[in-house]
Amino acid sequence: MPVDGFMYPNEAELQWSVLIVLYPFLTGLVAGAFILASLERIFHVNAVRPTYRLALLTALSFLLISPLPLQLHLGRPERSLEMYLTPHRTSAMAMFGFVYLWYLMAVLVLEIWLDYRHEIVKLAISSTGWKRIVYRLMTLSSTNISKGALKVDDRVGYAVTMIGIPSAFLLHGYVGFIFGSVKANPWWSSPLMPVVFLFSAMVSGIAMVMLLYMGFTHLRKQMIDMRCVDTIAQYLLYIFLIDFALEMLDLIHRIYEADESFRSLGFMLHTKLFFSQVILQVLVGTVVPIALLGLIQFTNLAENLRRKIYATSAVLALIGIFAMRWNVVIGGQLFSKSFLGYTSYKLDLISREGLFVATGLMILPFVVLYVLIKLLPPWPTDTAQVAGAD
Amino acid sequence: MSITRRQILILLPAAALSWKYLLAGTPELAPSYTQVDHWWGMLIDIPKCIGCGNCVRACKTENNVPDGYFRTWVERYHVDDFNLETPTVDSPDGAINGFPESKEHGGKNFFVPKMCNHCVDSPCTQVCPVGATFDSKDGVVLIDEKYCLGCRYCIQACPYGCRFLHPVKRTAEKCTLCYHRITKGLTTACAENCPTGARQLADLKDPNDPIHEYLRTHSVQVLKPHLATGAKVYYNGLDGSVR
Repeated sequence: MPVDGFMYPNEAELQWSVLIVLYPFLTGLVAGAFILASLERIFHVNAVRPTYRLALLTALSFLLISPLPLQLHLGRPERSLEMYLTPHRTSAMAMFGFVYLWYLMAVLVLEIWLDYRHEIVKLAISSTGWKRIVYRLMTLSSTNISKGALKVDDRVGYAVTMIGIPSAFLLHGYVGFIFGSVKANPWWSSPLMPVVFLFSAMVSGIAMVMLLYMGFTHLRKQMIDMRCVDTIAQYLLYIFLIDFALEMLDLIHRIYEADESFRSLGFMLHTKLFFSQVILQVLVGTVVPIALLGLIQFTNLAENLRRKIYATSAVLALIGIFAMRWNVVIGGQLFSKSFLGYTSYKLDLISREGLFVATGLMILPFVVLYVLIKLLPPWPTDTAQVAGAD
Repeated sequence: MSITRRQILILLPAAALSWKYLLAGTPELAPSYTQVDHWWGMLIDIPKCIGCGNCVRACKTENNVPDGYFRTWVERYHVDDFNLETPTVDSPDGAINGFPESKEHGGKNFFVPKMCNHCVDSPCTQVCPVGATFDSKDGVVLIDEKYCLGCRYCIQACPYGCRFLHPVKRTAEKCTLCYHRITKGLTTACAENCPTGARQLADLKDPNDPIHEYLRTHSVQVLKPHLATGAKVYYNGLDGSVR
């Protein structure tokens, strides 16, 4: 590794690769998608109802894949189960395993099952072949779909979502804590880190679901519910503004305090991280989408143009949030803890932690989502129902 | 009583062996070693270090440290007048072959040996997800390599850059304070091989250990005290420029 200045001899090798960048990115999408789903369920924002189920399935797809990059990154992956069997209670990483399991099993899977149980039971009767077996297994022998039973489902589902919101906050706040609690690293060590991670997670999750909704509706040759997309875009803007304010607060605080690490971190911003942080994260991935989304609030643009602007903003927001994860994880390892030198990160193409594997891991959640959508269609088959939904 | 030449020839090698044994110190047998009776640390006397790299070589040989990774290393500092914040530092290959002649002129120059600080409140132990890194009862931070996942969180958490991932074992590794030696009454490989006595193993629980007298009579400091890790590697003559 090329080293500028002085690094402790063991530091020249970067420990956490692009896979560890993917991990907070994927979990962030989960938390954000779930928060969007809860907007309809708990806060009764009826306009976003067309995305409710899609958001839940998106969250599940990404959640199922999110531990994979961690697993692939381990030096001894065959021992990973030890984290559950003999966890070390003071370790943020060990406790994250339980937060993850809680969120997966007690919140997301349960909520999706309760929401779909009615249809699963019907599909278990109407379908044939292997699908019938799958649906029958999915009923978990709970086949009562009487009005009373469905009411119970709805009530329990509501309670699960109520628990789910703080759980989603916990899930991604905790990811931020894994980095924010490392006092050895001034780039990470900040009490704001969990909060910044959380809001950026919401931005990425909401942007992703908005994009998927528009994409799927387009592919299905259906009309995009503009009231729904307008509302999502509005929430996206508000949360984006909070996220940006928090990130700027962190930056201004660092600049004003200018502690011993500042020279080192400032140098990185001007050199190694200039493109990924200043250009991609701040300008392209934050300022531009905020400006675009803000523009729509003050103008009366045509639907077609609005859709294009929403899609562009969502893509840019996702790029920006990915760049943010990159800058945190990779950026935090480019400088020496002696603050006297810098190293570089070279992304391999074909290796266990290379670009191909990372790309594959990024595609995998969409494959899972495709299967889930095939099994549990998130939209009514009748278009009239979509229009009448809200 | 007279000794024949034949007897001398037999006795001399025996005497040589005895002398070597005495020099090495009487090893305490591991079964009689009681962890709670000890509290290990290290004293590093910076003015005594000549940057020869003997300690690095000894450590590598004793502990089979892989090439390019270091359980201990030596840094060379060059500090210009009034410029404590940006010293020029180098440590070619961890100083395993010592140092080439310095190109810097003026200012002050000195060597700083580095190693795991065996912190009382070690951040690496705190973050290990499975407890593979642990604090022994005698104050040494150790790693159970049969248990480590290789997640590298500990490497990120160490403020001193003392840890690395073993390229073959794929588990975290660092200085053990030569635990296999100190529990047998020996000193560490680095301290044993330091020609100037710049490194001294210290048992802080032993009232007869010279460390107590030394700490009373010298101005000592630990690395990065603001991080409050409870580092137990004490430096005498530590300059403010040292990171």
